[in-house]
Amino acid sequence: MILALLSDLHANLEALHACLRHATERRAERFAFLGDLVGYGADPAAVIDLVAEHAARGAVVVQGNHDAAVANGMGGLNDAAAESLEWTRKVLSPAHRAFLASLPLIVRHDDICFVHATADAPERWAYMETNGAARQSIEAAATTYTFGGHVHQQVLYFHTLTGKVAPFHPVAASPVPMPSHRRWHAIVGSVGQPRDGNPAAAYALFNPAAEEMTFFRVAYDHIATAAKIRRAGLPELLARRIEDGV
Amino acid sequence: MAERIVPGSVIDGFVVGPHVHSGAMGNIFEVTKPGLDGPMIMKVPRVGPNEPSEGIISFETEATIVPALSSPHLPRFIAAGDLARTPYLVVEWIEGRSLEEVLAGGPLPPLEAARIGAALADALHSLHEQEAIHLDLKPANVILKDDGTVALIDFGFAHHARFPDLLAEETRFGAGSKAYVSPEQIQGTREDPRSDLFSLGVVLYEMVTGTFPFEPDTDVRNRLWLDPVPPAVLVPETPPWLQEVILRCLDPRAERRYQSAAHVAFDLRNPEQVVLTARARKSVRLGIMQHVRRFLHARRELGVRLRETNVPAGRPPIIMVAVDTAHPDDERQGAIQRATQQILSLSQEFRVVCVSVIRSVPLMDGAAESETASGIHFEHLVRLRHWVEPLRMPVQRISLHAIESENPAEALLEFANRNHVDLIVLGAPGPTRPDRSWWRSVASTVTANAKCSVHVVRVADRAVTSR
Repeated sequence: MILALLSDLHANLEALHACLRHATERRAERFAFLGDLVGYGADPAAVIDLVAEHAARGAVVVQGNHDAAVANGMGGLNDAAAESLEWTRKVLSPAHRAFLASLPLIVRHDDICFVHATADAPERWAYMETNGAARQSIEAAATTYTFGGHVHQQVLYFHTLTGKVAPFHPVAASPVPMPSHRRWHAIVGSVGQPRDGNPAAAYALFNPAAEEMTFFRVAYDHIATAAKIRRAGLPELLARRIEDGV
Repeated sequence: MAERIVPGSVIDGFVVGPHVHSGAMGNIFEVTKPGLDGPMIMKVPRVGPNEPSEGIISFETEATIVPALSSPHLPRFIAAGDLARTPYLVVEWIEGRSLEEVLAGGPLPPLEAARIGAALADALHSLHEQEAIHLDLKPANVILKDDGTVALIDFGFAHHARFPDLLAEETRFGAGSKAYVSPEQIQGTREDPRSDLFSLGVVLYEMVTGTFPFEPDTDVRNRLWLDPVPPAVLVPETPPWLQEVILRCLDPRAERRYQSAAHVAFDLRNPEQVVLTARARKSVRLGIMQHVRRFLHARRELGVRLRETNVPAGRPPIIMVAVDTAHPDDERQGAIQRATQQILSLSQEFRVVCVSVIRSVPLMDGAAESETASGIHFEHLVRLRHWVEPLRMPVQRISLHAIESENPAEALLEFANRNHVDLIVLGAPGPTRPDRSWWRSVASTVTANAKCSVHVVRVADRAVTSR
C-alpha cells in the first residue's frame, strides 16, 4: 500500500489539496502527516480539519514545533513566526487547539518511525543539518525507515555499510530504491512553505513493497495563497516566501 | 545467510553454467534460462563475515545503476536477486574482445587508436546522457564489438545522479584504478562526467604509446600538477591533432578538458576540425611556471571568444514553446526547458510565449471547481507558470497560453502564424510511448507546415528509471 508523506503543511490549504490530489492519482492509500500543520499560513482551521479527517481514517499524524507552540501557548522562533502563531491561536477553536495538543511527538509503526524533527530527541526540534545528526536520528529510531520534515528541503540520508551516513538530494518524480538492508531517514520537504527557490509544494510517496520512494514537486496556485496571507494581515515576509519559494 | 551459488545451481529459473571470472567484487558465471535467448552472465558478490565490504557495496551500486541504463553500448539488464536473500545480477554477455587483451599485444597504430577512442567516446556519451558516470574506465572494462562499436562493462564504481551514491562516503576504498583515475576523483569528487574524459585520455595515451602518462607506482596525486611526456615524444608518428586531443583530455583541470564525450568523438573522427594549440606540437614536458602561464593565456583567449557572440539584429525574436502540461513529469519537459534556456542565453532580447494545447473540456460543469472548464483551464495555466519559473524571465518578456483544441498541430500553427513567432520549440515524439502516439503527428505536422524555424527537442533514447 502506497504511503503518502506530507510535512510542514503550514496552514497552506491550496498546497495541501494539490498534494493530496496528486498522491491519490498515484494510488496512495495511506497518509502520514509529519508535523507543522499550522503556522505561517492563512488556513490553519481548514488544514487541521482536513488532516483530522484523514487521522479518523487511520492516518499517522505527529506534532511539529509550530503545532506544539500553538497548543501550549509558547512564543515563536522569530518575529514573523511569533506573529503568525499568535494570529493562529486566535483563529483556531478550542477543539482545533486540543487536536494539536493531542498529537504524539513520535510514532513507530511496523518498520517506520514518523517524527517531525529527529528521532533521538523529538522535543528539541533540532534541524538535521549534518550527517552526524542524521546518524543519531537513524540509530535512535531503531527502525529501518525514519520519515520526517522540519528542514523544508527534500533530502534522503542513508546508512552506509561502514556505519557512516551520507545525504542524497533526490530528483523529483524519479523513484529511489531504498532497500531494507540499509537504514534511511527521508526528509520529505515542505508542502506549505518550500524554501529551495522552487515554490512548488513538496511531498513524497513511499512504496513499502517495492522498497522505493519517489519525491515529488507539485505546482499549485501559490500566488493565490500569498494573496490570502496578505489579506489575513499576516507579515508580508510570509507571503513573499510563498511566492519565491525561499 | 545467502544461498551458495555454484555451477549447476538453479536460481530463480537461471541455470548456472561454467565459472567465467573471479574478481575483487565476486564471481561471474555463464547462465541460461528457458525462454531467454542470447548469452547471459550472472554476477554474484562474495558475502560473508570475512569478506571485505567493498565487494558488496560495488555489487549493490552496479545492481542499482545497470537496470536504469539502456544503450547498445552498455550491457542489457536481465534480472536481479533480492540483495538480502540471494544477491545476483544477470546481464547480457557482450561478445567481443576486451581492450586489455588487445593492448597485451602492444600499442596500436595512432589512427586505429583514434578509431577505437571515438567509439569509446560514443559509449561514454551514451552513458553520460543517461546521467551516469563510469568512474572506473580502463581497458579491462572496454569491450570491442565485432561491428566496430564499443561497450562498457563493470559499473561497480559508477555514479548515477538519480540514486544515492553508496560509495560517496567510502573514501577508504580508494577511487578507481590508479593508472586511470582523474585528479578530482582522488580528491573525492564523484559527480563530474569529465572524470571519465580524463580516464579516456589515459586509455588513448596507452593505446598510442603502450605506456601510462602517470606511472601507477608513484603517488597518484602527482597528476594534479605533473605534465605527462607528450605522446609524440614516445611515438613520433603520432599526428599533432591526436596529441592535442589526448593532452586536452589529460588536463588536470576539468574545465580545461573537453566538456563532453561527444566532442571528443567528433574531434577524433574529424581531425581537420581539431583546433591545434601549443599542446599539439609539444615535444618536451612543461615546467610548472609554463603550465601556469599556459592556463592564463587560454583564459584570455576564451574571454575574446565570448565577447564575439553574435547578437541577432532587428526586432526581438519571439520564441514559442509548446509545453505538454497534461504530463508534467514527462522526461521531455526537462529537455525542452534546457533547450529553451540555451536559446535564451544567446540574447537578452527574446520574448517567450508558452503554449499548452489542452483537449476541449465538456461544457457540463463538475461538482468541484477543479473539474469545471474554467478550473481545468486555470490548472494548466498554473502548470505553465510553474514550468517557466526556472527560466527566471522578467514577466514582461513572457506570456502563457492554454488553448483548447482537438487538433494540437493546427492550434500551434495557427497561434505561431498569428503571433509572428520566429522559432517554435517542441518535443520530439518518444519511440516507446504508444499512449502519446498522437504527439508524433503533432511534431511532424508542425515541422512540415510552420512558416518559421522549428526546434524539435529530442531526449536521448533510454529506459525511464521507474521500475
